[in-house]
Amino acid sequence: MDLAWLGAGIGAAISVIGAGLGIGKLAASALEAMGRQPEAAGPIRTAMIIAAALIEGIAFFALVICILLAVKT
Amino acid sequence: MSADTLIVKDTLAQHSGSGGSDWILHHIMDGDYLDFEPLGKVYLPHFEIFGLDLSITKHVVFLWVVALVLIVILSSVAKSYRKSLIPKGLTNFLEIIIVFVKDEIVKPSIGNGYEKFLPYLLTVFFFVLFSNFIGLVPFTATVTSNIAVTATLAGFTFFATQIGGIINHGFFGYFKGLIPSGMPIPLLPLIIVVEILGLFTKPFALCIRLFANMTAGHVVILSLIGLIFIMKSIYVVPVSVGFALFIYLLEILVSVIQAYIFTMLSSLFIGMAVHQEH
Repeated sequence: MDLAWLGAGIGAAISVIGAGLGIGKLAASALEAMGRQPEAAGPIRTAMIIAAALIEGIAFFALVICILLAVKT
Repeated sequence: MSADTLIVKDTLAQHSGSGGSDWILHHIMDGDYLDFEPLGKVYLPHFEIFGLDLSITKHVVFLWVVALVLIVILSSVAKSYRKSLIPKGLTNFLEIIIVFVKDEIVKPSIGNGYEKFLPYLLTVFFFVLFSNFIGLVPFTATVTSNIAVTATLAGFTFFATQIGGIINHGFFGYFKGLIPSGMPIPLLPLIIVVEILGLFTKPFALCIRLFANMTAGHVVILSLIGLIFIMKSIYVVPVSVGFALFIYLLEILVSVIQAYIFTMLSSLFIGMAVHQEH
């Protein structure tokens, strides 16, 4: 039981690191692209939000597993 | 001391045996009463039909509230176009949002034949937006932080996607189109499994995303308020109230973004099913 909590905590931490890296890299490249081509800022922003949502979705899959571990009785 | 902290102190005292964090989930999860805590609770009726528990709960009540607000506001907007085509007041404001959803979200992601899906996507957009906003008002509950509600919304998107695809390509054509052309035969069993799983993971991610975003925001606000009672010090109050206010403002932004993303991804999935050629 205690180990399940520990596993949930470590799992949440690792998945958050991965998602943070992913979204950070995405935002960096998107901002760079907007800086190079300000006239294309609109489509780049839309594509960025979609990609961010997909990365977030993967992080949430991991977090759901963590929650399932944490509420395991 | 404000009314909110009184609630927290009261419930914290009740649950002090279990580490004092029960009240957070208590506020987020569904219950059989409406919480107006310093003024008391309103208990809701409980009834069963054929052994099914169909009692009215907190989230059901606020689901009705959201639906009522939507019907009143949006039908008055629709009616005002019968009088004159020139929008005024509230209609003017909502027309901006509706045209934004139509031109920036639905049209680019679905393309040809987007008009058929526009009513559904607009309804979903406004429902998610209004329920996120109504959940931020004190004493209310966020309907979208209940996973059953978001799962239902994602289910609607799933059926819209499949039915749209089947109508456009025919039953067999649609499922054949899911497999990329020029695929080597030995890979076929694997690809079929992956593609069929992909059909279900897309709405699942949609459902979990909205649910987790709305729940997480409220948990963060309540945890920051709870810091006061963990530290048991009055000097923490400005810090935690300030941070809670900041997260609250962030939640307003998140509400809009989540409504945008839900509509955007729904229309992307529909667009992918309707136009399989790309």
